[in-house]
Amino acid sequence: MSKKNLKRLDLIFKNENDGEVILVKTMARPTHDLINDLIISGLKGRGGAGYPTGLKWKLASEAEGDMKYVICNADEGEPGTFKDREILTQVPHKVLIGMAVCAKIIGAHEGYIYLRGEYKFLLPSLNEMIDDFHVLMNKIGFDFRVKIFLGSGAYICGEESALFESMEGYRGEPRNKPPYPTNSGYRKMPTVINNVETLAHTYSIFKYGPEKFKDLGVQDSRGSKVFSVSGDTPNPGIYELEFGMSVKKFVDDFGDGDAKAVQVGGASGFCVPRKKFDKTKIGYQGKLTGVSLPTGGSMMIFNSSRSMYNVLHNYLDFFVEESCGQCTPCRVGTQQLLLGIEAVKKGERSSEYLDRLLGLAENMRVTAKCGLGQSVANSFSSIVENFKEEMIY
Amino acid sequence: MTEMKNLVKSLADNYGRYHESLLPILQGVVEKKRFLSEEAMVEVAREIDISAAHVFGTASFYSFLNTSPMGEYVVRVCKTITCMMHGKNLIIQELEKQLKIKLGETSHDGKFTLLETNCLGQCHKGPAMLINDTPYTNLTPDKVRDIIQSLKQNDLVSNAATQVN
Amino acid sequence: MNNINLTIDHIEVSVQPETTLLEAAKKLKIKIPTLCYHEDLCVAGNCRVCVVEQVGADRLLPSCATPVSEGMEILTNSLKVRNARKSVIDLLVSEHRADCTRCYKSEGCELQHLSSEYLIGEDSFIDLVPLKEYTIDYFSPSIIKDDSKCIRCQRCVRTCDQLQDIGALTVAYKGEEMKVSSFFEKPMYEVVCTNCGQCVNRCPTGALIERNYIDEVWTAINNPKKHLVVQTAPAVRVALGEALGMEAGLVVTGKMVAALRRLGFDSVLDTDFTADLTIIEEGNELLQRLKGALVDKNPDVNLPMTTSCSPGWIKYIEHMYPEMLPNVSTAKSPQQMFGALVKTYYANKIKVEPENIVSVSVMPCTAKKYEANRPEMHASGYKDVDLVLTTRELAKMIQQAGIDFEALENEEFDSFMGTSSGAAVIFGATGGVMEAALRTAYEVVTGREVPFDGLNITPVRGMEEVKEATIKIEDTLPEWSFLEGAELKTCVAHGLANAKKVMDKVRSGEASYHFIEVMACPGGCLGGGGQPIPTNAEIRAQRSKAIYEEDAGKPIRKSHDNPEVIKLYEEFLKEPLGHKSHELLHTSYVERNRY
Repeated sequence: MSKKNLKRLDLIFKNENDGEVILVKTMARPTHDLINDLIISGLKGRGGAGYPTGLKWKLASEAEGDMKYVICNADEGEPGTFKDREILTQVPHKVLIGMAVCAKIIGAHEGYIYLRGEYKFLLPSLNEMIDDFHVLMNKIGFDFRVKIFLGSGAYICGEESALFESMEGYRGEPRNKPPYPTNSGYRKMPTVINNVETLAHTYSIFKYGPEKFKDLGVQDSRGSKVFSVSGDTPNPGIYELEFGMSVKKFVDDFGDGDAKAVQVGGASGFCVPRKKFDKTKIGYQGKLTGVSLPTGGSMMIFNSSRSMYNVLHNYLDFFVEESCGQCTPCRVGTQQLLLGIEAVKKGERSSEYLDRLLGLAENMRVTAKCGLGQSVANSFSSIVENFKEEMIY
Repeated sequence: MTEMKNLVKSLADNYGRYHESLLPILQGVVEKKRFLSEEAMVEVAREIDISAAHVFGTASFYSFLNTSPMGEYVVRVCKTITCMMHGKNLIIQELEKQLKIKLGETSHDGKFTLLETNCLGQCHKGPAMLINDTPYTNLTPDKVRDIIQSLKQNDLVSNAATQVN
Repeated sequence: MNNINLTIDHIEVSVQPETTLLEAAKKLKIKIPTLCYHEDLCVAGNCRVCVVEQVGADRLLPSCATPVSEGMEILTNSLKVRNARKSVIDLLVSEHRADCTRCYKSEGCELQHLSSEYLIGEDSFIDLVPLKEYTIDYFSPSIIKDDSKCIRCQRCVRTCDQLQDIGALTVAYKGEEMKVSSFFEKPMYEVVCTNCGQCVNRCPTGALIERNYIDEVWTAINNPKKHLVVQTAPAVRVALGEALGMEAGLVVTGKMVAALRRLGFDSVLDTDFTADLTIIEEGNELLQRLKGALVDKNPDVNLPMTTSCSPGWIKYIEHMYPEMLPNVSTAKSPQQMFGALVKTYYANKIKVEPENIVSVSVMPCTAKKYEANRPEMHASGYKDVDLVLTTRELAKMIQQAGIDFEALENEEFDSFMGTSSGAAVIFGATGGVMEAALRTAYEVVTGREVPFDGLNITPVRGMEEVKEATIKIEDTLPEWSFLEGAELKTCVAHGLANAKKVMDKVRSGEASYHFIEVMACPGGCLGGGGQPIPTNAEIRAQRSKAIYEEDAGKPIRKSHDNPEVIKLYEEFLKEPLGHKSHELLHTSYVERNRY
């Protein structure tokens, strides 16, 4: 049995049937109060990038546009992440109400849920929920409609501008930034795009007030977070935990007693080796130093029987296929990293070639067009640097 | 009008003839036909009035919008890390045995296509696979055998039913 | 709006908001290398070669896609930038079949230049090319598409979309499999492609090149049994110099003629001659259609009439507006009129059997290669034009022959079929055919010259996307009295995206014209797909200027004054639109699929 030393929270998954009451109460409040609440709460985007939600809504509310849109990003594709599916299964009404409040604040009348194709089986239940939601919208007299847009199997469409391209009927290729979605998003109009979990959190913030949310977590990382736990663990699944825990505490709780590494944030996240479990905390603190890791919530545990070469190989395989292919560093860089570690493993290139590849990964990080190409270096460098022997022998 | 023309036309009637209608229309064709033939793409291009090349370019971007023929049941086994750690290869071996095809192939009777796919978002219940839109999780070779047998059985039953009718 | 102030490489610069870092750097004469960027196209920001460093920022910025902001400190050549850029170039080289010594594009390849500039050495990344299947599509008579040399910059895709609005090329698949593709990866000759070659003009590598016929021409030249006839299009002479190291905008007609003789052509003739002839045929066709519509009220007469000189335009309308094919002038293009005459009238004149004539043309165009191969183009009983070279191929042959082009003395075209008017010269620029036709048609109808200063019909000149001009016809000659007071409405479009705008308006009835000139390429033939690379608005403007200078300096300015054309009618054709003309100089079109 695991030692349950991390406190389980249930802000998100608590089944609350007071949607209408909360919505009516919230909609009656002035817009700037609501934005303020979000800012005070410290809520940051739960998809992994961690942009302050209150600020995002504020910018969109100030932006000019003939139309504005609220989009729920349910293109959950990061390996090791499955929390959004669970949220959409258990508490979709919280997400919809979060969207409605956002629509009120920014002045939108249309909302979309971009649902990844792999979750198509959720359609019947979600559509039923949306029908109920529309009844509620009519009842409270708010002109807001939500539709589901179904993806078709492309990880990159989780990148917000790629997602817009996809909705507009194009290849899901990320756009140049600026402009940002709050000014020019879906149909080039001001758009708020939030992760499923982020929207669900706004429900709790509007219901319980920002302080209760802010009381959880540490410093820049406030509130609770839904973690997707998988890998070598006796207890895989979804857990809502407080931000700021150390990887050590997490592993003590969820590991199988033999954990040698934890991959935080999926294939595009960081690998934390056993010797750094203690000093690595989960959260958005300051700059990305490797001692504090932001995450979309994917926690994959690897025990000592696992080859980190195989793990990295699997990640790179994933990126080689899922890169949209438009920018050079990502399209070609991912292929070179994959072939490179294979060549070193086979002895076709010397171990020094790994340094060359680390340099390439760093160049990809600074030159790639979007988050995908930029974050390949995260897993690559953290695995290669911490498990160099496994890469060579 | 050909059957495909009719299908695409009715999808366009439903989803509109805008560039934004492209994905829903293509998804609709795939749902009915399991893949996008050359004829299908030309018809979609005609309905929306965009270049057929762009229909192809867009379709080929998305893993689920197949541009080559697929079986009635498309089996997609997750190959991403945790499913791999939990025995994805054994699952594929069993599927290959049951379906008498290799990865990437379609069975002779056109019933099954066996593919690998990237993360299905079922990592806590790996190994996992999708058959058409339905996820199957916590797979074991035994379980796979049962699933495939029951799909084959279903077909026999529905075929028999059609014959009786 | 206030200017934005920033520094680039520690130099202060003040620019308009919305200016990109690349443009701001250009203002300071700082050259940032680019690949996917092209002045004619929208910004893609794909290749990441143009990245620069913003002091204080962690990640680099693509200078082509990043607007300036106040107080930015930009470094274009810091170590971080150099390392990143070198890495990007190295990656591109690793997916490119760097077979440079065998490549047609060698020395003209932008990747090769960058690779050399950044000292990409032997110690490179793993060569990806042998690990992949790739296709080389050499089935088209115009364009060769070699995927192994493609660096996925998508310039070609944007060209086909934005300038031509065709979408023959697309980006297909994703990740490592991502590639530039036609519909279903079919050969280019099977898909909706006009062979215009604008993609070829903008491809930075050898992934898209013209199919060259240089060796075939050399073989023919060295065959003593063959009489080699060459014709050169109007736009070639204002651009050939560029491909031979001279500056843009020089007229090199005389040197070109001299070079062609040195290469060994037996008859050095001028497509401009048949450009004049085209005006006579097409102008008369227009007047006949006007008469049919206005006097005879014949419902079968189709107006507006469009020009037919541009083979890219012809294939485009065959695909995209097949129902409007009756509106296209049946007059062949000058190249094909020339070809049909060379193996009939000219062969007879020089007493050479037509089967012993090899008819070569030098064109600014890749679509002309396709046009010469159309099955209809055998009016003489032989293939009317045997081999078509682009301006670039001619330049290559001149280099191969070791000719010091700049040092050549000017020479004159041979006669017969070597004399032309200024009206023919301007065929090479957008609006030129319209202007030439109006110079003739107006005079035919009224007996007077067009009422424009110096015969310069300026409303149809210039690089505006779509130009319209209305000419009022007054005091007609008696036989044209039905046109008295009529307003001849004309329209000129260049680049097929603009042609599409015009044709959609015509089709919907929103616009009504009598005569429309369409050239498939931006700027007209001077911006053709077979012209020297690079091309951009400035270069096209210089070529255009050269064309109008040449026109202004010509002793004959109007097609119907060309004495050789007059003689041709007397000796051979008898009358415009006559029996012989119909047989040799007019053609029909084919309906093709739009999708």
